[in-house]
Amino acid sequence: MKMDLIQPFIGSLDAVLSEMMQAPATIVNLAMEEDGYQKKGLAAEVIFKGQIEGRVVLDMDPSAASRVASFLTGGNVESGEPIVPETVCELANMVIGNAVTQLNDRGFQFKVRPPTVLTREQCEKAGQDSEATLLCFETPSGKVYLNIAMKYHARRARERAPITVG
Amino acid sequence: MRQFEPLTRKDRQPVRYLIVDDSVFARKSLAKTVESFGGTLAGEAADGCAAIAEYTRVKPDIVLMDITMPQMEGIEAVERIVGEHADARIVMVSSVGYQDNILAALQKGARHFVQKPVKPEALYEIIRYVLSDEGVTVGALGENER
Repeated sequence: MKMDLIQPFIGSLDAVLSEMMQAPATIVNLAMEEDGYQKKGLAAEVIFKGQIEGRVVLDMDPSAASRVASFLTGGNVESGEPIVPETVCELANMVIGNAVTQLNDRGFQFKVRPPTVLTREQCEKAGQDSEATLLCFETPSGKVYLNIAMKYHARRARERAPITVG
Repeated sequence: MRQFEPLTRKDRQPVRYLIVDDSVFARKSLAKTVESFGGTLAGEAADGCAAIAEYTRVKPDIVLMDITMPQMEGIEAVERIVGEHADARIVMVSSVGYQDNILAALQKGARHFVQKPVKPEALYEIIRYVLSDEGVTVGALGENER
């Protein structure tokens, strides 16, 4: 997967987390994943369709999610409260929305579906020919994971087009 | 949360808001923000269809409208609301802020655009600007108006 597709997500997550947690987020690991994604904490999934197709999963340690919820609600939110998964959804909405904005402004045309809470433990591969990248961020309240699986739909369509000779 | 100088209508009543977002959490967070501006929550909706009905029912002073929602998206809802209520004041509040989206929303009748995560200071100034032609004032509310 090209870094120019991933970079907006990294920048966006860093900016949003820094604001929501009032502390920096640092990338501690980056890995390619061939299999489906195994959920680690509280996760939300966003699917997009268009020239780029795929999905992004934002997955947070419950302690990190409750810290963001506390910041956004202005109160003390415990990790078991029902508002915490909702917080992860809204955070995914912000992070992925900001990244998608950058990609759209670079000329990629695609639409985003509203985020949904990932209730299943295992998230299947985004597609047969999709690549997935797993980014792990360290924050003062715990780890935050971003699993990005997408493909250039437009490019593949061009590759499938018949070649004319002469 | 920081408290702002209250924004009030010309009749010195609190500004009434309709908040439209499919996320309960986002609605709560925005409601808290507009309350810090001295406003009141007139209604809320989780999608564009509900927003149209709720607008007609509560006639808010201002609408804060998300874009990406199930059933009917925010931009279509703006078009429908402004089509029926030309004086509707709608501010788009969305994490998806690419140029095509912003332009489409403004062309359909939205007055302004704020990208999530919302900075209360920025939203305050935008609301003051959007309501300025209606004689919005900044100042303390009376005790019985809070």
